[in-house]
Amino acid sequence: MDTTALLLSLKLAALTVAILVPAGIFVARFLAARDFAGKAFVEAVFALPLVLPPTVLGFYLLVAMGGSSPLGRWYEAAVGHPLVFTFDGLLVASVIFNLPFAIQPLQRAFEAIPDDLRHAAACCGLTEAQSLWRIELPLAWPGLLTAVVLTFAHTLGEFGVVLMVGGSIPGETKTIALAIYDRVQGFDMAGAGFMSAVLLLLSVLAIGVTFLTSSRRRDRHRHAD
Amino acid sequence: MPTDRLRVLLGQERPIPLAVELECASGEILALVGPSGSGKSTILRAIAGIYTPERGRIDVDGETWLDVRAGVRRPARERSVGFVFQHYALFPHLSALDNVLQAMGHVAPGERHERARRLLERTNLGGLESRRPAQLSGGQQQRVAVARALARDPKVLLLDEPFSAVDQVTREKLYEELATLRRDLSLPIVLVTHALDEASMLADRMCVLHRGTTLQTDAPLVAMTRPASPLVARLVGLKNIFDADVVGHDHERRLTHIRWFDRVLEAGHAPQFAAGTRVAWSVPASHILLHRRDRPSRGERENPVTGEVIRCTPMGAMTAVALRVVAGERADLFFSVPTHVARRNGVAPGAPASVSLLADGIHLMPGTGAASAGSARR
Repeated sequence: MDTTALLLSLKLAALTVAILVPAGIFVARFLAARDFAGKAFVEAVFALPLVLPPTVLGFYLLVAMGGSSPLGRWYEAAVGHPLVFTFDGLLVASVIFNLPFAIQPLQRAFEAIPDDLRHAAACCGLTEAQSLWRIELPLAWPGLLTAVVLTFAHTLGEFGVVLMVGGSIPGETKTIALAIYDRVQGFDMAGAGFMSAVLLLLSVLAIGVTFLTSSRRRDRHRHAD
Repeated sequence: MPTDRLRVLLGQERPIPLAVELECASGEILALVGPSGSGKSTILRAIAGIYTPERGRIDVDGETWLDVRAGVRRPARERSVGFVFQHYALFPHLSALDNVLQAMGHVAPGERHERARRLLERTNLGGLESRRPAQLSGGQQQRVAVARALARDPKVLLLDEPFSAVDQVTREKLYEELATLRRDLSLPIVLVTHALDEASMLADRMCVLHRGTTLQTDAPLVAMTRPASPLVARLVGLKNIFDADVVGHDHERRLTHIRWFDRVLEAGHAPQFAAGTRVAWSVPASHILLHRRDRPSRGERENPVTGEVIRCTPMGAMTAVALRVVAGERADLFFSVPTHVARRNGVAPGAPASVSLLADGIHLMPGTGAASAGSARR
């Protein structure tokens, strides 16, 4: 069991969730409530990581964040070390490849809230922030939970992008998914099996909690008659 | 100019055409009636600030909430409106009490709970404060919605078909409750409904809308018996709308004579129409009296009309009758009689029957009934 890789993966997943989900709430709410020219294009861009091969996405991120790119140069000048092949670079990549996993469930959840509830909140005198906090987020809670779980679980399991952008530097960018691959390469099937079982257990737990919460919530709000 | 009233002027061509001009005084209930798509709900939403028309001005109690030309657009949360949505739009995750509390941001925190409880008691919801909307009946949900609307201490109360989602028995109870409640409220109340009986029962005035245009605003009885045009006549459910020529006026008896096919009828006095003018006329079903076969009465001298019954549909205690008075012409009178009266007088398809059209019910309008019939149906 590569505890360092597991802890690194958990840290990466937690930070990705902490950055992406709050930002995703605002993006998803905006997309759910507004219609504007080019909305389909914006949605397609956010959904791209779903269909793009991870190595292709990883390649573009590597180019965009590398030392010869404006972003890479700016980051290196500001922080003192390059963005690629570091944990920070891995985190940026992780936020980007998880965009659809956070935004889509949140957007669906906000879209499911009837417009009249938002209007009623406004007629009650609630500000946008109060409406979001007191009315919309509690109602979008299953979508929020799904976004958290999917982002977390997907970060633990991502392989291609992580390898391209982070390399496989122990303690820095070597995640548990890469560690499993390394163990299999080294014919340590027992070690790979154990780590795979841990990931499987985490995934089952996460999905189970999401489904259970969603179904309970549906029962509670189901109309009495 | 009194300031404690609601004045609304709205105009636009698309997406929904609007040409609206209405006023509602404090303590008054104004009903907006019209078919689906006539813009009733859009007007309410414009007043509440959740819809902005291309042009318009809305003044409430001396405040300007909207003046498109001057760039004034007060957002919904800054307009003190109480809005009861058609399906109530209660917050499903909050209790009845918490729903009401959401609208009390303007009240001092220490007083909110007490006032919310009092409002729920006033709307007959005492003891149900902790229930969520899904645990309440339709009528109870409507009451929570009303309590929440009042919790805002609104300057206008807007009711969007508030009785459409409950059963008949509950609806009648809620009518009474609204009638009681409005006695204590001195604010303009705008009620959207497509039920004419609801409007005539609850409203002081009703505004008839068609394709976003306010056609006539009057007391319900006036609008329903003395419509301004054949189109309004159709919209308020009058079926007996015909064309005729004005023959002349009897100023002494306050009557106007009109020629309808080969008959001359006495109508309510309408001196604004010169002799020879082509007019439309209507008569409410309530002003058509069936002559009894066994016992002629005095009223039979008033505009007697004989024809052939072409349709006779018993509907419980009442029977709907269609009488063709001119063979070959589409001049059919529609009225209802108690089913036992229809039976006793032999009212049946193919049978002859005579009726009187009461002169004070015959109302003349400019235009022609036939032309407007098409536009009302379009």
